[in-house]
Amino acid sequence: MSSLLIKNGRVMDPASKLDTITDIAISDGKIVAIDKGIESFGDTEVFDASGRIVAPGFIDMHVHLREPGFEHSETIETGGRAAAAGGFTSVCCMPNTNPVNDSAVVTTYIIERARRASPVHVFPIGAITKGSAGEELASIGAMKQAGIVAISDDGRPVMNARVMRRAMESARAFGLPVINHCEDLNLSAGGDMHEGFESIKLGLRGIPACSEDVMVARDILLAEVTGARYHVAHISARHSVEMVKFAKMRGLPVTSEVCPHHFTLCDSDIAPYDSNFKMKPPLRSCFDVAAVTEGLVNGAIDVIATDHAPHPGSEKMQEFERCPFGITGLETAIGLSLEQLVHTGRISLMRMIEMYTIEPNRVLNLGKGRLEVGGAADITIFDTGREWAFDLNKSQSKSRNSPFDGRVFKGGQIATIVTGRIVWRLES
Amino acid sequence: MSNGLLGIEKLDRAEIEAYLNRAKFFQTHGEGQFKKLDTLRGKTLVNLFFENSTRTRTSFEIAAKRLGADTISISSSGSSVSKGESLVDTLNTLAAMRPHAIVMRHAASGAPHFLARHLSMPIINAGDGMHEHPTQALLDALTILDHRPMLEGLRVAIIGDIIHSRVARSNIYLLSKFGAEVVLCGPAPMLPPELAKLAPGVTITHDIREAIGGAHVIMMLRVQLERQHETPFPPGDYFRFYGLRLEHLSLAQPDAIVMHPGPINRGREISSEVADSRHSVILNQVENGVAIRMAVLEKVMGAE
Repeated sequence: MSSLLIKNGRVMDPASKLDTITDIAISDGKIVAIDKGIESFGDTEVFDASGRIVAPGFIDMHVHLREPGFEHSETIETGGRAAAAGGFTSVCCMPNTNPVNDSAVVTTYIIERARRASPVHVFPIGAITKGSAGEELASIGAMKQAGIVAISDDGRPVMNARVMRRAMESARAFGLPVINHCEDLNLSAGGDMHEGFESIKLGLRGIPACSEDVMVARDILLAEVTGARYHVAHISARHSVEMVKFAKMRGLPVTSEVCPHHFTLCDSDIAPYDSNFKMKPPLRSCFDVAAVTEGLVNGAIDVIATDHAPHPGSEKMQEFERCPFGITGLETAIGLSLEQLVHTGRISLMRMIEMYTIEPNRVLNLGKGRLEVGGAADITIFDTGREWAFDLNKSQSKSRNSPFDGRVFKGGQIATIVTGRIVWRLES
Repeated sequence: MSNGLLGIEKLDRAEIEAYLNRAKFFQTHGEGQFKKLDTLRGKTLVNLFFENSTRTRTSFEIAAKRLGADTISISSSGSSVSKGESLVDTLNTLAAMRPHAIVMRHAASGAPHFLARHLSMPIINAGDGMHEHPTQALLDALTILDHRPMLEGLRVAIIGDIIHSRVARSNIYLLSKFGAEVVLCGPAPMLPPELAKLAPGVTITHDIREAIGGAHVIMMLRVQLERQHETPFPPGDYFRFYGLRLEHLSLAQPDAIVMHPGPINRGREISSEVADSRHSVILNQVENGVAIRMAVLEKVMGAE
């Protein structure tokens, strides 16, 4: 049977606190040995990982694969390929497809499509409310049986506090976390970028930081009332970070994620009216960027997730205020994390790996995120020193909406192994 | 990137002065019967107005014709834009016809900047959303200079719906570059504190009497109902607190001038008495609009 031997890599596994140069032997999709000096046998393929980091397969718990319904932007296949090319072995896809993933039928469709088309594992996230309209609860229990790992109306918030409370009660009973896109639509109405000096200067309507803060505050209070596991999607505002920290100090099961662009760019970095800098939440002020970075260091933020949101050029090539929100992110996540967090000394390399592996697994209970003998061979191999430039035109995604085209990184993904198979490797 | 005119923010004093000086020449040249020039003969200007406009569009058209250029005016309601064509496609189509410049007004901030990135011909911004309206600020400066020797040291009150106003932004940049003191005044929801940081010498007040006190120039802005998604200030109270009335003028400098980019709403932001008073230079502004746009078109389209 197929077998693979990863030789001489620096194996880093946060779950077992392993950090040593060793070999990993894989057979039939499983890790069969982690040991120094394993000899290759028979037709074993040998991957020389000298000078590389060998880590548990990275998990991106927040992506938009656009299928079903928006296949002109991305498909489960192309999004899966982009994930593999970004060093991810598992992704969780948000339910804002068409139809919305608010029923077991759609959940099953996504899982079946992914099984056939995606090189990486795909875990669907179900909608909180029917059609993500924010009113009536979706079939949460049935979707759970079909395989969802969380509920969220991502792309939209649950505006009605009573609906959110009921969703949390149900989610708790079904053992699912609730992920909310925190944005008070009355405060953000019509906004296109972070409200502040830059929006005033450019004459664009603002999305105030408080539109995120008030909903994070509400949700934390509701999480305490209901006992639900609650996760803040793409946190971006400094008071939101403080409130998540406060919730954790109170012992609540509250977690949060941050996107690489939110710890990398601020509103004054926006190339004027370039829609590749337009997403929700928007790029915030430099104070917010400092606060989310601090939150990454002090533990308020648990997970790094990309919010990969592909849109075709025809939709992004318009007047700024008409362009849809969102940027792609799968292929630049490791590069940006190294650049902003590890090379700067803010967090250790081990902590960065945790935030892509055992931390998202802790939120979602995927049974992923560690290297162990007998476990599935999902492995991410990357390095920390090689200089490379991101070439948007070579992206595996179907879309090209990224502000990071041409950016030069120090370190990045080398190979992605899913169930023992190399699904992507850097062309040498 | 084309070298048109997208905004005042990025211009330096010398560039602005060049426009103003050339416009002064056209002002006097225009006395009596205007003799058509042939500076831009054989050149084509496209006026592309995605938003309604009477005075700006007409003003550009007259300016172009006086310089001998051929002009084509397109408004969104009569074009393929209303059939759902995207901005890029419309502009690519027009660009293929090789005009020498495009004057563009658009309801979206940054629309001309977006096009300037994708097209090679010069683009002149005739007002983009809530961002800039550079020729308005130039003609306002020209009008002030008709009454004052210099902009430096003047106290200019800009009153009204500042946050939604491209006229205010362009004027703030221009006046500040020349050392004028700018006081912004309006209802709090239309006047966020960040506006004071746009340029040096800008202050904010919500009291119209304080704004007008000692002012040499009072610029009133139209309440931009079409840009407001909400009612941030009770419309019935607007005139009471922020409408310019005769009694206010006694607080200003004795020879203060009152300006308004038009179209004016009598009884909403300005009383009829003020609009028709000797202080009002509103019609001079319109007249100066042609001279300024001639200067801009000559600079942008004239060079081979």
